[in-house]
Amino acid sequence: MKAINRRQAFALGGGFVMLTLMPMAADAEVTNDAAKWIEKFTGGKQPAKGKISLDLPEIAENGNTVPLSINIESPMTAESYVKDVLIIADGNPNAGVATLSFTPLSGKAEASIRIRLATTQNVVAVAKMSDGTLFTEQKTVKVTIGGCGG
Amino acid sequence: MADKPRIKLPKEAAKGEVIQIKTLVSHVMESGQRKDAQGKAIPRKIINKFACEFNGKPVFSCALEPAISANPYVQFSAKVDEAGTFKFSWTDDDGTVITAEEKIALKA
Repeated sequence: MKAINRRQAFALGGGFVMLTLMPMAADAEVTNDAAKWIEKFTGGKQPAKGKISLDLPEIAENGNTVPLSINIESPMTAESYVKDVLIIADGNPNAGVATLSFTPLSGKAEASIRIRLATTQNVVAVAKMSDGTLFTEQKTVKVTIGGCGG
Repeated sequence: MADKPRIKLPKEAAKGEVIQIKTLVSHVMESGQRKDAQGKAIPRKIINKFACEFNGKPVFSCALEPAISANPYVQFSAKVDEAGTFKFSWTDDDGTVITAEEKIALKA
């Protein structure tokens, strides 16, 4: 068995070129209506940092399926639970990714989905608690091959 | 619709236990961003809503956008206080709804 074939060699080479050409993560630009999505969700209130743990790969080789896991600290009782969680990607053609709605029957405010990312960008999660408080978290994902092929 | 959705959850749970449910449904999730060989945009066709109910009460739901990968995989938790039936539904852009059911028993 060959250790590496031509196709893989190309993919690897391409990956390195992309990485070196990529601007620093902090420079990832907001290219869509992400702010509008967040504003609509929060009603203009400023979400606080914390409570959310957002799990995404640092580097995604294939933007077509990027695993995303989210876990929010909450007792998840009828009195206090996580209601809705908005997930957006600020470098995709459309900012929206998903809106998760939990209930006390969820037991835990955690979920995993697989998402598409067009390019290196920030993925932002905003959580709305049952008492109306808001929390946010964001992660930068470097994408080697974009997931919006055309 | 082509394939049956795949759902993984335990057969039984202790009262009050929080279980994990994994679901996967076959769907192209056409984003509306791609173009065909003639350069025409391929129209958007995605599952835009997933919902799970337990004995008629909502457990978890999510609104999905084109940024969800093909064959959408959704994993979430549910607290089981009684034996019963989980009902799952996936709603397509064209209005079709794929549904599935799974029963769960309480551990003796």
